Amino acid sequence: MNSARVKEFYYLMKLGREFEIRAKEEYMKGNIAGFLHLDIGQEAVSVGSMKAFMKGDVFTHYREHVLAIARGMDPKLVMAELFGKREGVSKGKGGSMHLFEPKLSFYGGDAIVGGHLPIAVGCAYARKIQGENAGVFAIFGDGASNSGAFFESINIAAAWKLPIIFFLENNYYAIGTHISWVSPFVELYNKVKNYMPAVRINGMDVCEVYEEVMRAKNYIENGLGPYFIEAECYRYEGHSMSDSGQYRSKEELEIFKSKDPIENLRKKALKDGLVEESFFKEADRKAQMEVEEAVQFALRASEPEISELYEDLFCKECSNVVS
Amino acid sequence: MLYREALNKAIDEAMEIDKSVVILGEDVGRYGGSYRVSEGLFAKYGKERVIDTPIAELSIVGNAIGMAIAGLRPVAEIMTVNFSLLALDQIINHASKFRYMSGGKLAIPLTVRMPGGVSRQLAAQHSESYETIYASIPGLIVFAASNPNYAYHALKKAIFLNDPVIFLEHELLYNEEGEVDFNEDLDPFKAKVVKEGEDITVISYLKMVKDSLKAIEKIEKSLNITCELIDLNSLRPLDMQTIANSIKKTKRAVIVEEDHKSGGYGAEVCARICEELFYELDAPVLRIAGEDVPIPYNRKLELASIPTPDKITAKIISWAKENGV
Ligand SMILES: Cc1ncc(C[n+]2csc(CCOP(=O)(O)OP(=O)(O)O)c2C)c(N)n1
Ligand SMILES: [Mg+2]
Repeated sequence: MNSARVKEFYYLMKLGREFEIRAKEEYMKGNIAGFLHLDIGQEAVSVGSMKAFMKGDVFTHYREHVLAIARGMDPKLVMAELFGKREGVSKGKGGSMHLFEPKLSFYGGDAIVGGHLPIAVGCAYARKIQGENAGVFAIFGDGASNSGAFFESINIAAAWKLPIIFFLENNYYAIGTHISWVSPFVELYNKVKNYMPAVRINGMDVCEVYEEVMRAKNYIENGLGPYFIEAECYRYEGHSMSDSGQYRSKEELEIFKSKDPIENLRKKALKDGLVEESFFKEADRKAQMEVEEAVQFALRASEPEISELYEDLFCKECSNVVS
Repeated sequence: MLYREALNKAIDEAMEIDKSVVILGEDVGRYGGSYRVSEGLFAKYGKERVIDTPIAELSIVGNAIGMAIAGLRPVAEIMTVNFSLLALDQIINHASKFRYMSGGKLAIPLTVRMPGGVSRQLAAQHSESYETIYASIPGLIVFAASNPNYAYHALKKAIFLNDPVIFLEHELLYNEEGEVDFNEDLDPFKAKVVKEGEDITVISYLKMVKDSLKAIEKIEKSLNITCELIDLNSLRPLDMQTIANSIKKTKRAVIVEEDHKSGGYGAEVCARICEELFYELDAPVLRIAGEDVPIPYNRKLELASIPTPDKITAKIISWAKENGV
């Protein structure tokens, strides 16, 4: 890792963390409502993967703010969406769980667990016959890896050698259900070993995530078929805002916090003499400022009009006939 | 007693009475259910009878059907109706048809509980009401609980019926307080006249019963009339007798529902009224329903997409004036 990369990773992870902390505060103030799934603790996955997979299509579940920002979505537009404002990426119609931006090949923001996987596979099929070798990146949780949609997807992707990276964020919990209660093993890459290359990595280490996704990207780009990565990680916060987290122990949380992806990158970079201390201070300040700007933007942004209720349901042509 | 406590008590008592009653679903065990309906049951009955499943709705219902065939009385919880679409094949192609296809030889004593409706800013994939789908399927029984008393009695009875029951709950009702009369011998298939009146029959179910009641208070004052409110309770079968008795008296009917208007459940109720009670009516039936859009996240748009007490009041008042009430 060179110093520029480390700086970039650090800044994006810090920005993501600050964004989430602030989103939580704004939720408490009532500026954000509904479900809010925070990515705090899992920033290495979001940033490392998006910085490696820059070109192809991205399909994700609902815990996706930081992933979207790492992909290049403007934090202002993400925050405005969380606030339900018209200037938000989804015009306030989607909210936290539904961030979409085709310009960034970023296709949501799907809140039906496992629901986006067959869609990602279909997109990979299209890319293959279109001769687009950048392929598809599909990210999902341990819980989703128990769904029928998941098993159907890995089978089809492997059978047809589709250019897709399956990225499993194993944070051990699906809301309050520990993976060991509902899966025969907790190392979930075992589920697909006979279908495609499958690895398990440390998802708390942004460099490891980056390097593995680079490897996967080269693999799918060469037309060799799908690739599977399981990243061990942990969400520090509850599943969503109303989760008291009583199903897990403080000790477990502390173990993962001691492997914090942001703090550890900083320590390692300092130890290796890659980045000087002053950079981090400046980066922290800048990240806070950027998030503050996003919040100010969201606060100033406008409420949609009631007349917009029926907008965006159909294209112009169809809207004229369907009412 | 709270609505969720009433549901909990119904399941608890059923499990106590009959060892063959088991519950299964996502987070129903150690976590106690995402709306705390199954709280305490895991500790009391153990993991064999209180089953934490993976996120696999098709299997939750499919497995439950298999358990039912084997002689158990499963109560499956689908976290919300939105996810029940993944189990639709098992519910419709299997559960609803096995008795009939087997010439009456198979029984499927299955209860599938699911909360739905618009909660608060959960956006399009978490806010649907799909009762119209279930109520259109022959072979299914569909109950819709609007209050703790019905929730308790109907769920307990549903568990002991020998046919598949879709048991609908509403996400905003779990913390509703209400009295439960444990001595009542409630018939879950019958609609209930919640409030008697002379001039307008308002027909509703689930959360819209509560919202209609609020609206009725204002309407009665404003127009100096009285309204009768019917809570349907059972959506399939539909208790037309209770509806007919009321409409014969009031001569006017309003249906209030939260689901989308086109093809919504109220369309069936409206059609039945028009078919069977046309000559009793002094005014066209009024339907107040959700808009035909996916539910938006923004609060203002969300409220614009569903009936609220104020909108129900305004719509009924203007309809009443147009029709000379
Ligand atoms: C089909 C479906 N079933 C259930 C849910 C409710 N639900 C939302 S998130 C979730 C847990 C998902 O866990 P996981 O896949 O591990 O992702 P994580 O939240 O840990 O990131 C559940 C059960 C849903 N959204 N969709
Ligand atoms: Mg998880």
